[in-house]
Amino acid sequence: MSAHPDTSSAPILTLDRVSVRLPKSGDRDFAIEDVSFSVGRGEIVCVVGESGSGKSVTAQAIMGLLPKGQLTLTGGSISLEGEEVTTLAPAALRARRGQRMSMIFQEPMTALNPVERVGTQIGEVLEIHTRLSPAERRQKVMEVMEAVHLPDVPHLVDAFPHQLSGGQRQRVMIAAALVLDPVLLIADEPTTALDVTTQAQILKLIAEMQARRGTGVLFITHDFGVVAEIAHRVVVMRGGRVVEQGTRDEILFAPREDYTKMLISSVPSLTPPAREAISSPVALSTRELSKTYRSAGFLFGGGRTVHAAQNVTIDVRRGETVGIVGESGSGKTTVARCIARLIEPTAGTIKIGDTDIATLPERQLRPHRKAVQIVFQDPNRSLNPRRTVGASIVEGPENFGEPHDKAMARARDLMQLVGLSPDALDRYPHQFSGGQRQRIAIARALAMEPTILIADEAVSALDVSVQAQVLRLLDDVRQRFDLAVLFITHDLRVAAQICDRIAVMQNGVVVEAGTTAEIFANPQHAYTHALFAAAPGRDVRFGSGIAAAV
Amino acid sequence: MALTDATPLRSRPSIWAQLARSTSVLIGGFLVVTMLVMGLLAPMLGTRDPAEINPSVRNKTPGYEATIRDDEGKKIPVAYRFGTDSLGRDVYSRVIYGARVSLAVGLTVSVISIAIGLLIGLVAGYVRWLDGIIMRFMDGLMAIPAILLAIGLVSVFRAGLFAVIAAIVVPEVPRVVRLVRSIVLSIREEPYVESAITVGTPTPTLVVRHVLPNTIAPLIVQGTFICAAAILIEAILSFLGIGIPPEIPTWGNIMAEGRTYFRIFPHNILYPGAFLALTVLGVNMLGDGLRDVLDPKMERRF
Repeated sequence: MSAHPDTSSAPILTLDRVSVRLPKSGDRDFAIEDVSFSVGRGEIVCVVGESGSGKSVTAQAIMGLLPKGQLTLTGGSISLEGEEVTTLAPAALRARRGQRMSMIFQEPMTALNPVERVGTQIGEVLEIHTRLSPAERRQKVMEVMEAVHLPDVPHLVDAFPHQLSGGQRQRVMIAAALVLDPVLLIADEPTTALDVTTQAQILKLIAEMQARRGTGVLFITHDFGVVAEIAHRVVVMRGGRVVEQGTRDEILFAPREDYTKMLISSVPSLTPPAREAISSPVALSTRELSKTYRSAGFLFGGGRTVHAAQNVTIDVRRGETVGIVGESGSGKTTVARCIARLIEPTAGTIKIGDTDIATLPERQLRPHRKAVQIVFQDPNRSLNPRRTVGASIVEGPENFGEPHDKAMARARDLMQLVGLSPDALDRYPHQFSGGQRQRIAIARALAMEPTILIADEAVSALDVSVQAQVLRLLDDVRQRFDLAVLFITHDLRVAAQICDRIAVMQNGVVVEAGTTAEIFANPQHAYTHALFAAAPGRDVRFGSGIAAAV
Repeated sequence: MALTDATPLRSRPSIWAQLARSTSVLIGGFLVVTMLVMGLLAPMLGTRDPAEINPSVRNKTPGYEATIRDDEGKKIPVAYRFGTDSLGRDVYSRVIYGARVSLAVGLTVSVISIAIGLLIGLVAGYVRWLDGIIMRFMDGLMAIPAILLAIGLVSVFRAGLFAVIAAIVVPEVPRVVRLVRSIVLSIREEPYVESAITVGTPTPTLVVRHVLPNTIAPLIVQGTFICAAAILIEAILSFLGIGIPPEIPTWGNIMAEGRTYFRIFPHNILYPGAFLALTVLGVNMLGDGLRDVLDPKMERRF
């Protein structure tokens, strides 16, 4: 946890019964209703909630950035250092933004202008709000870039955003937000799009800035790990209302409201539960599996060669869940797509039972397609929006000659199995929530009676409470159908809870593999160490109703 | 685990309701339907035979009234609402009948180009090794101007509807191919398409069932724009005398006929010109409105 705030002085930001109305076509009347909280000088307040809880609208309301004509502030007061901002004229509000309060966003790539040098973009704030000369501006820009620990500032100041890594871009955003020393920094999910090791660095940076400059931070997140890591105080939101607020320790260790308790207990613990070793026959085994991409050079000269996966060797037994853990670009999804034969591996073998499917042509591959099924990450895109969920589920069995009536009867059973009403088969995907769609995708996979189920970040896009339910469902079907599950994830907490064994991947190579308990208790490889060290909220034990300090 | 029903989200208004609310769809649709009805019902709208030549009433101004003898020698009064041309033909009848050719060319060209373009586009988007060959060939086709091609076709075959349609279709097809190919390339990466692959859906079924439906809406929109362009190009070709033979009334032919005496009798060009402009405007407005409703990227949020 970060340095403690100065609570003696008056808060810099106070929201008092703020309400924002949704247009008539919305699914409720208010985006946020009667939201009240405050942020003190040098204090980090986390607003935490699931999707649709109104946390981002709250940030937009404070910044005066509510989309015109769609969301309107209908009541309440927002005061920044005692000054009411809801009634400010647009020009005055513009002056406050940047100088007194500033904001950083989730996607550092889209928040930066791709055709302007990063130094110019940071300097733009100075150009608008101050009368500094170009040389003074550049000096100040370089100072703030040093302050956010960007490397090699004299060169980087003239770089373009695409030349920077994701974490560096987010540092640039923070530099631009802090260059005028605002009293309030609003951070809207600033680390959600980042890898866990990068996230840890950015969280550290935000805490450092808050401690050194005394900036008040309003930190919006869905991740309780992050909350545990940096929050002084926590505001829990649900459906546009504040459910509960209190200090970090009050909310994490002694929540009063059932909703908060449920949220906290849904966060998977980093401590893997005891698991029995599985000695059933091997259902899937890859040997030396590699996938190389070559981009052709232009006319002359060689192209670039990218080793997306190199010599990956993995065994999955029936009834066993094997996790592949890694950050973006580690090659974990490439391995999954090779095994599902959505792409053809460059080298190596993929054995399903006794057959090597690595290089089978499509025609001979078809009979084996039944055996391997995959559940994708994005619940909005994994079902054809134009077909009923029933049609999606029976598509596979019908491809293999099962009569329609029989396939439909089984689809009804499967819907029941995944916890949905069988009568919903004739509905369309948009009528279901994300979690429900993910259940349907699981039902579709099960309809093929596979022996191997690949879950490619299958719960990563889901809210934490829904995520817990879908994880339980995956574990349930694994036992019921004796499935070999290959679980691809970037989330160590999820991996700890569901996997029997884990392979850690970095840059296309498996750097460490072993049972989940072994790896969590005694990681060998430096990268695995780094991953664990970066996991936010390690000093809090989640997942058992009420969190406990470790 | 408790069974949960699907959550009925607040449903969006149906496509038809959205179309009915769009001003440009309503105005454009009204214009197009009016022209269509006019063309279809041409014999019933007080028209005469559009090819009938009457030397006694040459070059008359709009509203001219005359009495002429019919086949049995009876005298009947005739009003030339839009005047007559230099051969004494009734411009009103010619303009009304002219709608038939224009709309026929517009519709046929858009249907044919979309059918051919869709097929080639699906192949180019799905069969990767054919893609380069097909697209370079399409680039070549696209470089041929319709008017030049028409001149070539007319000199080889006979001037007529077929040559006109072929001359307009050839340069339009590559545009459709590009559109379809780009949609196919983005849709084939969708997880639901990949899911269909993993449940063993054969490629032809996969394309028809999961990829093709996504091309319909953009193709309808593209079709209206092709239709408008085709109507215009047909008029241009006829005006230049390389399109439909001059005895068949088309707006382009009527204007070509009236060109000589334009300073004295401007009605010969103005009336067909006005109908042509209204039709093209109507088709374009319809297309714009359809794009706003059908294209999900233009959809307003909330």
